[in-house]
Amino acid sequence: MDAATTTRAEVALTGAKIIAAVKQSGVEFILSVPDIVTSAGLLFPIADDKSLKLVRVCKEDECIGIASGLTYCDKRALVLIQYTGFLYSLNAIRGVAVEFKQPIVMMVGLLGHEPERLPADSGRYGVRILEPICDAMGLEHHLLSEDADVAKIKPAIEKAYTESAPVVFLVGRKPS
Amino acid sequence: MMNRDECFEILKRHITNEVVVATYSSAVEWNDLNPRDLNYFSHGAMGLGPSHGLGVALGRPDRRVVVLDGDGSLLMNLGCLVTIAAAAPKNLVHFVCQNQCYEANGSHPLPNPDVDFAGLARSAGYTNVHDFKELKSFEQQIGHVLTQEGPVFATLHVKNNRSLVYNYEDLYKASRRVALKAALRQ
Repeated sequence: MDAATTTRAEVALTGAKIIAAVKQSGVEFILSVPDIVTSAGLLFPIADDKSLKLVRVCKEDECIGIASGLTYCDKRALVLIQYTGFLYSLNAIRGVAVEFKQPIVMMVGLLGHEPERLPADSGRYGVRILEPICDAMGLEHHLLSEDADVAKIKPAIEKAYTESAPVVFLVGRKPS
Repeated sequence: MMNRDECFEILKRHITNEVVVATYSSAVEWNDLNPRDLNYFSHGAMGLGPSHGLGVALGRPDRRVVVLDGDGSLLMNLGCLVTIAAAAPKNLVHFVCQNQCYEANGSHPLPNPDVDFAGLARSAGYTNVHDFKELKSFEQQIGHVLTQEGPVFATLHVKNNRSLVYNYEDLYKASRRVALKAALRQ
């Protein structure tokens, strides 16, 4: 490992900081299918947080429809899912978020991703293709790998709702 | 077996300020009969209608939400029955028009045209479940169905009694979404 990758492996991503940023962004509803990357650091604390309304969903594409319905009511939502579910939901994201220009905010756990690497360099095919897919669909995306990345969350969510456009946060490390 | 347009004519008489989320053929039929700003057609992908309806129902618990689903559509998103039942919105009424085929895609039959949607909804945990085959019974009970504590589910066994003109560009145009949002803010 070179110095840069050593540093990357030692850094942390704190779930409480992510949740705080999400709440500061005006998000009221969390729509989620469980994901082992974000389970302990995000979903369990969210389930215990009385200031957030957690909707447990059977399949990830449902989250896209629910989030859209909430948008018409001026309610903000975060879709918290695994990358496999994100891939499953691409047609819904295409139709609702992209073609109908809805501010769908997604936080996507990168199952099996090596945190010391960038997604483009992942040994996992499914992880490696995510950013190119987002780029092809015109989906703004941000990588959350360390605490410094948490600062991206609030401005990106504000932009999504201001411009009525989707945004994807790729969670590249298990939040603590 | 009932005619869908006759069911919708009866339903129309009971609709005031409800948000009506309608999919594909049901959307075309409903829009022909009752165009209004509080119609929600932009579901974006087949099967997602009830999920959009759940979002509105959760976002506006003061407002009744009526979903006009199709049987082919619901088969693509059966998990939504469990999601909706668990979320338990008291203000959601979910109709499925069971015409036993993929009407908007050439009227090919469903894999199982006789699937028991009411049974599925009951098993999923909907609070109140109905199954209508006769128009007279539907007409007598619709007022009650629309005011019951939700989530409410009702199968409408219907046949296609008239051909529809599918103008998706018009159905999904951006101005409808703008109008819906504005209407919900009033």
